[in-house]
Amino acid sequence: MSVLVRGATLPDGTRTDLRIEDGRVAEPGGSADRVIDADGLRLLPGLVDLHTHLREPGFEQSETVLTGTRAAAAGGFTAVFAMANTSPVADTAGVVEQVQALGDQHGYATVRPIGAVTVGLAGEQLSEIGAMASSRARVTVFSDDGKCVHDALLMRRALEYVSTFDGVIAQHAQEPRLTEGAQMNDGPLAARLGLGGWPAVAEESIIARDVLLAEHVGARLHICHVSTAGSVEVLRWAKSRGIDVTAEVTPHHLLLTEQLAESYDARYKVNPPLRRDEDVLALREALADGTIDIVATDHAPHPVEAKEAPWDEAAFGMVGLESALSVVQAAMVDTGLLDWSGVARTMSLEPARIGRLTGYDEPFAVGARANLTLVDPSATRTFGTEHLAGRSVNSPYLGRTLPGRIVATIHDGYPTVLDGEVLPADQVALAAGVRRG
Amino acid sequence: MRHLLSTADLTREQAVRILDVAEDMADVATREVKKLPTLRGRTVVNLFFEDSTRTRISFEAAAKRLSADVINFSAKGSSVSKGESLKDTAQTLAAIGADGVVIRHSASGAPAVLAANAWIDAPVVNAGDGTHEHPTQALLDAFTIRRRLHGAGARGRSLDGVRVVIVGDILHSRVARSNVWLLATLGAEVRLVAPATLLPLGVRDWPVEVDLHLDDALTTNPDVVMMLRIQGERMRDAFFPSAREYAREYGLDEERLGRLRADTMVMHPGPMNRGLEISAAAADSARSVVLDQVANGVSIRMAVLYLLLSGAEEGIA
Repeated sequence: MSVLVRGATLPDGTRTDLRIEDGRVAEPGGSADRVIDADGLRLLPGLVDLHTHLREPGFEQSETVLTGTRAAAAGGFTAVFAMANTSPVADTAGVVEQVQALGDQHGYATVRPIGAVTVGLAGEQLSEIGAMASSRARVTVFSDDGKCVHDALLMRRALEYVSTFDGVIAQHAQEPRLTEGAQMNDGPLAARLGLGGWPAVAEESIIARDVLLAEHVGARLHICHVSTAGSVEVLRWAKSRGIDVTAEVTPHHLLLTEQLAESYDARYKVNPPLRRDEDVLALREALADGTIDIVATDHAPHPVEAKEAPWDEAAFGMVGLESALSVVQAAMVDTGLLDWSGVARTMSLEPARIGRLTGYDEPFAVGARANLTLVDPSATRTFGTEHLAGRSVNSPYLGRTLPGRIVATIHDGYPTVLDGEVLPADQVALAAGVRRG
Repeated sequence: MRHLLSTADLTREQAVRILDVAEDMADVATREVKKLPTLRGRTVVNLFFEDSTRTRISFEAAAKRLSADVINFSAKGSSVSKGESLKDTAQTLAAIGADGVVIRHSASGAPAVLAANAWIDAPVVNAGDGTHEHPTQALLDAFTIRRRLHGAGARGRSLDGVRVVIVGDILHSRVARSNVWLLATLGAEVRLVAPATLLPLGVRDWPVEVDLHLDDALTTNPDVVMMLRIQGERMRDAFFPSAREYAREYGLDEERLGRLRADTMVMHPGPMNRGLEISAAAADSARSVVLDQVANGVSIRMAVLYLLLSGAEEGIA
C-alpha cells in the first residue's frame, strides 16, 4: 500500500508532500492508494517513548502489550521501550524475547524490551545482561525502574558491564532510606496534609553519585524521570564536565504541581512525585536548553481499584502515552520554549539515539523507514476517557482542556491511526504481518 | 459546611458556634435525664479503621445522648481485614441507611476521599486521619480552655490572647495540626516546642511561634501547656536518641511544673505516657484538666453531630 501525505508542515516549517511506499519514504510523484490531506497539520517523526510500562507479563489487568501499544499509537508513538518490572521480571532472554514477539505480532508500535539490571529487581546480583543483549530482543537499555540501583558498588559494576554491549543503565534515582513511607513531595504542603515526604535530595544525591561513577568508569548513564530543579543543576554540571549522561522528564512533571495532592485524589499520586512550581519551570528550561535530553512518558497503568483509595494506600503512577504530545505542546510549544523541531528532537530522534533504535535519524529522507506522526496543533479538546486507548484510565488530565490532536500515526509504513481513530487490531496486525513478510 | 474534615475549614464564627452549642450540650449532662430526642430515628456509624477505644466511646456516648442509633464498625475482624476497600465499605453503609459517618483511619485524607466521592451521601466527621487532623480533639481542647477561663460566661467568646504551648511530636501529630489551625482562628497565641527532628517542614510559616527548648517556652508565661503523646519507637527512626533524653529535655516533670503559674492549665489528649512526656505529678496536679478534656469531648461531639445531622440548621453555620 502506498500513502501520500499532502501539504504537511515539517518540524522546521517547510511544507511538503510525502509519499510512502513499501514501508519507506519514497520519491515524490507517482501514484498513491490513499491520500491524507495534511493542510495545516505538522508532520513529526514517529514518537519514541524510552519509558513505558506495558505490564505484560503478570499485570494484564492493568495493561498488555496489545493495549499499551494501542495507547502508544493513539498518542502518536511508533516505538516504545517496555520497562522490566513485569512478573516474571524481564531479567532473562526468555522474557524479553516474549515481550518483543508480542509487540511484533500486534504491530501497533515497535516494542523494545528493557532488561532488568539486577535479578528480580532485588538490587543484589546482576541479571543476565549479556544474554539479553545478544538475544533476539537485542536489549540495549537496562533498568530496575520502580526501584533504584542504590548499592554504589553494584551500580558501578552495572555501568561498566553494560558498556561491554554498548548498553545504557537507566537509573530510577531514589535513595531508598530517605524515601521510606514517601507519598508526595517533601515540604510544607506534605507536612500540612500529613502525607509522608519524598525529598528532592533523595533524587539529587543519587544523580550526583551516579554521574561521578559514570565519569570514573567512562560509561554511559541515563537518568529516568528527573523531577527537581536541583537535579537539573547536577545534570548541567555533569554535562559541563563532559560526563556521558542523558536524562528524561515526563510530561506530567512539565505541567502538574504538588498542589493537586491537596484534594487527596490519588490520580495525582506518582513516583517521583509532582513537585513545586519552581521545579516545573526549571524542568521546562532544562528541556529547552538540552540539559534534559528527552521527554519520556513513564506510562504507568493501574486498575481503577488501585486508585479509588485513600492516598497512602493507592498505587503510584499515571497513564501518559495518549496525552504526552498534547501536554508537551501545552507546557513547551505554546509557551514558546520549544519549537516543533525541538519536539521532534526530544520525543523521537534523541530517545531513539539513547536506546540505539535505528531508522529514526533522518525520518523524512527518501528510503527511510516510514515512522511518522501527523498532528493538528490548532485543535483543542477536553481530555476524557474516550481519548484513552489502553486498558487503564488513571490519567491526571481527565476533564482538562489540552491542545493538539493526533490525526494519523504511521508505523513502519502502515497506518495505526487515521482521522484521529485508532485502527482495529486485526487490520494493524495484518499490515504488520505483511511488512514482516 | 456539610462535613467536618479539618479545623482549617472553620471560620471564627463557625468555631465559636460549635463551642456554644457544646455548652448547651454540657448542660444536658448535668440533668437527671442526660438525653435529647434530637437525632431520634437517625443512624450514626462509627467507622474505625484504626483502634481507638477512647475516641469511639466518646462519639458513641455523644450520638446516644442525642437519641441516635449507633452502629460501630471496626476494621478488625470485619470484612475490611479481609481486603474490602473503603469504597465497598462506604457503599455498604449507604445501603444500610447511615445518616452520618464518623471515620477514623490510619491514612491521611481518607475522610476527605469519603466525602468527595459519591459512594455515600452523608455528612462525614473526621475522627482522626493518619498524621493529618483530629478536629473534634482540637474543638474539645478549645472548649476546655474557654470554659476554664470564663466559666458560665464562656458563650460567644473566642480565645483572643490566650497563650498555648504545645510540646512534643508535632511532626506526626494530627492533634497538633488541628489545634494550630483552630486556636489561631480563635485568636490564641500558639507556641510549638519540639526538637528539630519532630518539627514539620515549613512550620515557621504556620501561624505559631516555634521553640526548640521547653525551658525557653516556659518563660513565656503560658496559660496552657499541652503535652503530646510521644511514641517510644520514634527513637528507632532516629528522631531522638533515647526515651530518657527526650523526657529530660521535653518532659513536663515536677520541677518544670513548679515553674508554671497556679492557674496554668496542663492538657494532654491521652493516652498519657506517665514518666515520659508527662510526670505523674503533672498529670494528677490541680493544674491538670485531662479529665475535663475527656468529659468535654462528649459535649463537643454532640454539638458536631447535632449541627451536621439534625437539619435544624444549615450544617455548621
